[in-house]
Amino acid sequence: MDIRKLGLAAALGLTAGMAFGPAQSDPVDDTLVIDGETEITTRAKAVEGVPFDEVISGWHYRTDETREVEADSFANPGMLYVERGEEIWNTVDGAAGKSCASCHDNAAESMRGVGAEYPKWNAAAGKPYNLELFINDHRVEKMQAEPYKFDAADQKALVTFVKHQSFGMPVKVDLEAGDMKAWWEQGKERYYTRTGQLNMSCATCHEDNNGNYIRADHLSQGNVNGFPTYRLKQSNMVSLHNRFRGCIRDTRATYPAAFSDDLMALEVYVTWRGTGLSVETPAVRQ
Amino acid sequence: MTRTMGIAGLVAIVLAAGAAGAETLAPGNVVINDMVVETSLTGTPGDPAAGAVKAVDRKLGNCLACHAFSKMSSELFHGNVGPSLDGAGDRWTPEQLRAIVVNSKGVFGDQTIMPGFYTLDVGIDVDPKFEGKTILSAQDVEDVVAFLSTLKE
Repeated sequence: MDIRKLGLAAALGLTAGMAFGPAQSDPVDDTLVIDGETEITTRAKAVEGVPFDEVISGWHYRTDETREVEADSFANPGMLYVERGEEIWNTVDGAAGKSCASCHDNAAESMRGVGAEYPKWNAAAGKPYNLELFINDHRVEKMQAEPYKFDAADQKALVTFVKHQSFGMPVKVDLEAGDMKAWWEQGKERYYTRTGQLNMSCATCHEDNNGNYIRADHLSQGNVNGFPTYRLKQSNMVSLHNRFRGCIRDTRATYPAAFSDDLMALEVYVTWRGTGLSVETPAVRQ
Repeated sequence: MTRTMGIAGLVAIVLAAGAAGAETLAPGNVVINDMVVETSLTGTPGDPAAGAVKAVDRKLGNCLACHAFSKMSSELFHGNVGPSLDGAGDRWTPEQLRAIVVNSKGVFGDQTIMPGFYTLDVGIDVDPKFEGKTILSAQDVEDVVAFLSTLKE
């Protein structure tokens, strides 16, 4: 077959792909380097117990344009939330007259690596905590301020800012602390539980069918190392529990409350599956 | 309540009359035996044209979410979670297609991602909006099966 015929075949393939099917199904072979400087680990050897050889960031499943937006911190709309989060970090709120910075000083130092280890066992509460719960406890107890309501704009911005201080560091959940193992088990059970009229579990899409398309949506492994994530579809930062609830709702099921035991357990389990991937917050997705 | 029941009864009678006296099988009474559902769910022959519309409708069949088929190439974004439906009418008999649409888990096993479109054997925590309801009605299934049976190569 000569080059011209190949070209024609490729063009036909492209047209057909655009018209009624996706052109290709595998994660894109590419390297995420932010601003041409910081290389992000988007593929890592899976830890024992994860049913993949390699865990892959959702970044590889997005279009060329979306991947480029994340690779350019000036173009990434999520960086505006990091900036807003920094303002909140330094702003006094509550009756105690404190800001986050009053106790934790410079977040670049004090919060470096913190987000990479969440969710984390909280002995006082007797359950795993994510950053949202941690921040709310501190607002109430240390700052004498109101806790954030779920998905309040300031909650998302502050969590994004704190998580971003671990940017590029590997996700690492400590399952040895407290009862984390039991929560991991509960999360695993939830992961494989089919919900709703459509009768699907997390695994149905993200384990059995990652790499395939549902309509124009390229199914990823469902790793959560990029949360909170800027979603182009919603033109907004999307928190992990918002996304969990959205997925469950799409199976035509009722969904648990944000930060409920069900979803905290799921956060422990799903975060663990992505062990070794870099914290990508704020990632950019479709 | 009595009035509601009266209306429901009247609707049922009208529907039954519309189906020429044939009885619509309730989801729990449909038997998948050796990969087939032998008889029509309604007794009314499926309409392939109506079936094509219902197959594409995102709130009904939404087949394109997971399957490509070239007959629908004017529609954008066909999924590839399931096989292409081109030639489905060659590969499967109408009775087999009926079983697959009714509840593919009865044909392909529990692990398949494909939802059952006329079954109440579904996941936990079903949204009250959909509780006790099937994705497709019995006649929808017959129409979609009639449409799929036309997909021959």
